[in-house]
This record gives sequence, structure tokens and C-alpha cells, in this order.
Amino acid sequence: MTALRISDLVFRWPRQAENCLDIPLLELGAGERVFLHGPSGSGKSTLLGLLGGVALPQQGTVELLGTDLTQLGGRARDRFRADHIGFLFQQFNLLPWLSALDNVLLPCTFSSRRRDRAGAVPRAEAERMLRHLDLDTASWSKPAAELSVGQQQRVAAARALIGRPEILIADEPTSALDAERQQIFIDLLLQESAAVGATLVFVSHDRRLAGHFDRSVALDEINRAARSVEA
Amino acid sequence: MKAVLRLAALSAWSRRLTLGLTLVAIALAVTLLLAVERIRTDARQSFTQSVSGVDLVVGARTGGVQLMLYAVFHAGAASNNIGWESYRALASHPAVDWALPLSLGDSHRGFAVLGTSADYFSRFRFGDREALRWREGKAFAGVFEAVLGSEVAQGLGYRLDDKVTLSHGLVEHGPEHGDKPFRVVGILAATGTPVDRTVLVSLESISALHLDWIGGAPLPGVAIPAEFVAKFDLRPKEITAALVGLKQRSDVFRMQRFINQYRGEPLLAVLPGVALDELWQAVAMVERTLLAISALVVLIGLAGLAATLLAGLNERRRELAILRALGAGPGRIFLMLTVEGVLVTTAGALLGLGLLTVGSGLAAPWLLERFGVVLATRLPGSQELALLGGVIATGLLASLVPGWRAWRMSLADGLTPRN
Repeated sequence: MTALRISDLVFRWPRQAENCLDIPLLELGAGERVFLHGPSGSGKSTLLGLLGGVALPQQGTVELLGTDLTQLGGRARDRFRADHIGFLFQQFNLLPWLSALDNVLLPCTFSSRRRDRAGAVPRAEAERMLRHLDLDTASWSKPAAELSVGQQQRVAAARALIGRPEILIADEPTSALDAERQQIFIDLLLQESAAVGATLVFVSHDRRLAGHFDRSVALDEINRAARSVEA
Repeated sequence: MKAVLRLAALSAWSRRLTLGLTLVAIALAVTLLLAVERIRTDARQSFTQSVSGVDLVVGARTGGVQLMLYAVFHAGAASNNIGWESYRALASHPAVDWALPLSLGDSHRGFAVLGTSADYFSRFRFGDREALRWREGKAFAGVFEAVLGSEVAQGLGYRLDDKVTLSHGLVEHGPEHGDKPFRVVGILAATGTPVDRTVLVSLESISALHLDWIGGAPLPGVAIPAEFVAKFDLRPKEITAALVGLKQRSDVFRMQRFINQYRGEPLLAVLPGVALDELWQAVAMVERTLLAISALVVLIGLAGLAATLLAGLNERRRELAILRALGAGPGRIFLMLTVEGVLVTTAGALLGLGLLTVGSGLAAPWLLERFGVVLATRLPGSQELALLGGVIATGLLASLVPGWRAWRMSLADGLTPRN
């Protein structure tokens, strides 16, 4: 079964002459853990926007879990994103004025599906995840801004995973960590996404991380627009 | 939706310093706007309440507004008096029901002294045709007896049988009628009109005071002691103005014409309502200017709000991108920003109303003393509510700008904020 299927996709920013993305095909199987290599300027952010349904391609389809996002309206795409995708960004991706625990619970306030899948008491589930990710209880109620970078990334991971979304998209989640912590965090992410059965798309410019994953895809290889620019 | 509002509130709380300052600016602007409006309406109310049931105010020929101001509100001085004979002729006219002579020009520690007849206490009406009431004592009967308005008694701490000396002229510390002190025989209950700030004496007392005076100064070498004044003819020679009530209101224009064309001397009769309208027309320009200025101040406050929210947006780009990733649509982002602006405006407007209520309570005695304006502590009137509504509606419009900008931003940024 495919979790993600992009075909004949063409995307161009408004008022730009060149295409930004031109991807004939990209398929990820359910539960697959894929490393997507994207140096900066390769259209990585744009691709994430298309996967999240905040942007629409001029041509082609973006199918997630069998649903073609290009056929959905704006509200339906927002809902689909809230229900099925967990996002994890580089640093500072928590709401700084919200406590660690409330940050983890955020997806449950935006999606009733993820709230339902987070168990009878979502707060208990959030606490379980934070404990499992080794975050000491004292920091649960602290505003996210007061946590260390490492702690913040673990809270962000818990937030992306709560309510067991089918797809987990991580965009340079380790760029703020040192090499040792990078290793630990990637292992944690692989382990947790396997535990909830999510398809993991791990996006990074750092090729050295590719070895941890089932498969590696280079964006500038599948994106014909990038090649034509280089050529 | 509730969750989004809660997030919006928490987010706003995290920026409470800037938003708080903006809120205070709006509150002060709203206070100013409402204060101008309230003083405007209350000043009108106070003036309109000051005289009731009087068909004509008569004085020497001058402007109608000026006549009203000195005769009824004891503000400013008369340029000319009217002769006692003219007053007699007027008072005995068959169409006239009653007439009250008014003689002004002396004062007591800043309060006006009014010479009149004892009928004043039974005839005079204010507000909604209310009669004067006594707090204690009774009307003056003889020379050198005085009745005090409630504020005179309260402000200066006078009681019955106290002695007061009057000053010549309207300035404080003017030449004193020190040789002829008055005894307080009565104190009136508060009316909220200029009567409260008046010392009332008989016309004969006014004459007696000035027996040994000429042209505003004591006659040199002549001093008539108080106990001998009864030997003189104390009938007044002239008065300042008169209040006239007619048997039939329909006669008012005929009577006005009669007075204005009186052969004995040039006189002027005005209808109080008409003269007040003239006064309002004269001050309407100033009022409108003040209202316009305070409305501008409110606009500046709201522009400040929009600017604060817009400036905050750049710092909040990441926050908005996170909310987008969590499934918030651009519509919700727009709503969050707009609601925040509207809430700050509403809170500012309510705080402004609170400040006005507290402030007017503190300023009311001063306004009453200095300007004779009774500032009532009360719930906002329909006009004030309309102004508040206007402020909030304008705040909504101002908040649409950052809302729209955030909407655009969240569409352009998607999930990854550009810095």
C-alpha cells in the first residue's frame, strides 16, 4: 500500500518564469522510513507545502493515503493535514508561551481524529509520551521557551506523534543538535514512528544521515526543474 | 473554535506589555472622547435646568445670550440697568401674571449676591418646574437679612444667624461693605442650579448698602451707620433684570414686542429657550471641534493598535506557521489576529468608560464650582453608547488590516516561515 504518491507534478511560484518543481513520480510505501535529501534551494520547502496541502501544484496529483489533495478544497486540505500528518521542523517549532505539555496536546485541539486516537485521556497520553521521551516531569509545565534545544526537539517529536498520524514529516529536525544528540534523536524518531506505524519522511541537506533510513531519495535527482536550472 | 480563542488569548498574554500599552492608549483616547461628549451634554442639561416656567427674561438692551448669561447664570456683568419705574410698568401689565426683579453686582467671597423680592422663594422654578425648598430658616423679611444657596452655606461653613459681609463688585477681595453685615436667616436646599451659589437679599438691602456709595466707591466723608438706614427711602431706583411669567403663554410674543418697543427706555425681552438655542449655536462650533479632535485621538490610538499588531506579526511568523502545520486554515489565522485587535479595542473602550466614571466623580465638584456644570455620575447615555460602538467598529476595521496581512503571510509562507 502506498502512503504517498506524487505523479506528474509541476509547481511554479506566481510571477516566476521557471518551474520550481517538476516531479514525474515519487512513491512511498506505508510504514516506509525515507531520507529525502534536499540541499537548500532545491524546492524542499515547496515540496513540504505541497505535501501539507498549503500549496497546490499547477499540474499533477499529490496523493496521501489514497486521497488526492489536489481534488480537495482549502478547508478539507487543512483538515486532512491536521488529521493525518505530524510535522516536525528545525528548532523553535513550539509555541514559546505554551507549556511543554500543552504544546504536545496542540494537535488534539485542532483534530478530533487525533484526539480520539490519543486515547481516552489525551493529557495522560501526552504525559506518557513525554515520560517515554525522557523529559523530566519538572519541565512539563514550563513554557516551551524555557526548555533547552534538546528538550524542545523531544517535545516537538511528541507533538508530531500524538494521536498516531499515518505520516510523519520531519524537516531538518536535527540541525540544531550536536552530532551525538543527532544520532540519539534520529534513533528515537525511527523507533517512535515505527511504534505508531507512521510513514516517515525525513528531510535534510546532510547526506551523512541517510544511512539510518530504509531508503534515500535525492530531491534534485527526481526534480526535473532543478536539473534544467543547473543545465 | 474555543481552543483557537484560548490560544489567541494565551498568545496575547505573552505579548501583554505592548498590547497593554496600546490598550491604555486606546482607553485614554476613549476617556477623552466620552468626557467631551459628557461635559457637552451635561453642560446643556445644567443650563436648561437652571430656569423653568419663566416666559420672558427682561433687561437693558444688549444681546439675548448675554442677558441670559448674567440674569440667570450670574456669569458676566450687565452693561446697563433698567429703571424701577419701567419694571413697575412691566409688572403691572395686564398680561403679566408675576414678575421677579433681579439686582446683581455685589458678591460674597466669589459668590454672586442677588437682590430680589421675597416672592422669589415661592415663584422661582427650576428643572422640571420644581420649587425652591428650605434646608433651614426662612425667607428674608428685613434689611440686612440674607438667604444662602446650599453651596454658599456648605462651602463657607455658614449656619443660621452667622454674619456675612458683602463686597462691592464681582471680584473677590473687592471693596467691602464691611460696616453693614448681614445675618443669615435661611439656607436653601440644593438645586443643582446657579441658585446654589448665590447669596439672596432683599432689594432694599441692596439700596441700603449703597446709600453712602456713589459710582462704585464709598462717598468720601459720608458714612451712614447700619442702624440709621431705615430712616432713608430704600425703594430701589434701578434693577439689573427681571423674570416674567405671563397669564397666558400665547401672549409671549405680544409681550416681547411691547417690552422691546417700550418708550421709557431701551429694553430687551428674550424667551429663555430661544436665547439658550442661540447660546448652543454659538458653542456648537467649539463642541464639534473638540469632538472632532478627540475622535482623531481615538483614530490615532486605533492606528497604533493596527501598527502594534502588524509589527508583532513578523515576530509571530513562526507561531502562525506552526498553527498552519497543525491544521489551522488561513481563515482561522485571519480571525485570530482580527479578534485580538477587536478584544484590545473593546477592553480599551471599557477601561476608558471606567476611567471616565472615576474621573468624572473626582472632577465633578470642581466643574460645579468653577463652571456651574453638574456632571452626573450615571450609566452611559445612548449617545455615549453610540460613540463606544463607533470606537469598537473602527477598531474592527483597524484590526482587519493585520488580520488580512497575517492571512496573506500564512498563505505565502505555508509551513516554513521566510525570515
